[in-house]
Amino acid sequence: MPSFMVNVIIENKPEIVDPEGDTILNDLILKDKKSSVKKVRSAKMLRFEIEAKNKESAEKAVRDLCNEFRIYNPLVSTVSVEIFDN
Amino acid sequence: MKIVKVAIIVFPGSNCDRDMNHVLSDVFKLDSQLVWHTDPLPNNVDAIVLPGGFSYGDRLRAGVIAAHSPVICEVKKMAERGMPILGVCNGFQILVEAGLLPGALLKNTSLSYICKWTEIIVKNNKTPFTNKFKLNQRIPIAIANGEGRYYADKETLKSLKKNNQIVFTYAEEINGASMRIAGICNKEGNVVGMMPHPERSAEQIINPTNAKPASLIFESLLKTLGVTA
Repeated sequence: MPSFMVNVIIENKPEIVDPEGDTILNDLILKDKKSSVKKVRSAKMLRFEIEAKNKESAEKAVRDLCNEFRIYNPLVSTVSVEIFDN
Repeated sequence: MKIVKVAIIVFPGSNCDRDMNHVLSDVFKLDSQLVWHTDPLPNNVDAIVLPGGFSYGDRLRAGVIAAHSPVICEVKKMAERGMPILGVCNGFQILVEAGLLPGALLKNTSLSYICKWTEIIVKNNKTPFTNKFKLNQRIPIAIANGEGRYYADKETLKSLKKNNQIVFTYAEEINGASMRIAGICNKEGNVVGMMPHPERSAEQIINPTNAKPASLIFESLLKTLGVTA
């Protein structure tokens, strides 16, 4: 069975304050110089290696387990899923 | 005196379980018992406490992995039956992740672990853990957490207020929590979660100000369970 690499990116919703992203922006990127960067948001990424028939079933399996195991808290976060051939 | 049995659930990484056991057993003379998270609850338990600590090292998100422990199914059943259940700090985070309480606990705005004495204010004195308080009574209490910033969206906050589910608020701005919330309960009021540590604050020998208010959290439980008036 083919194997796929699935990246799950867990990001807090825009209305949630992100002090880590703000610190990276204000105290690193914008420190002492001008920059075109306007915003930085921090996030968490999990990388799954999964066997599945095809990309679609790999994505479905990972999305299902994100919900089943509450990999993200839907009240505050969103997840995005990216799939690659392993 | 009536013997009351309290189960303190221990997860890998719990570290306030023995402090809680000491306070319940030695100070308030309850029959408290540590229960490993994969073991069944003992028979005839009258109340459940989820103690503080770092279950599973706060991996993924504080409390989320412990919330999938086998014992949580039983805790949910007991919650439905109206049993008094208290989650302190990591225990609060676990109750939220288990879906027994609404909202989320995010990293403190400062991104720092905050360990200090503060004051909280009683906003609901009808729960099994607050019925000995006067409304708006202040409690000097210890806090110790990194992911203690209670967050709920506008709709959830509205519903918390409407249903009198906000149990404690901080007297000062401390971590960026929505409405300075330090503790909430479920709609029925029997499940209470709080970030501050009553077990570290209820004895005068370790409380730099006044241990009496924090001890009322446990005295309220005694009253609820019919041990005292």
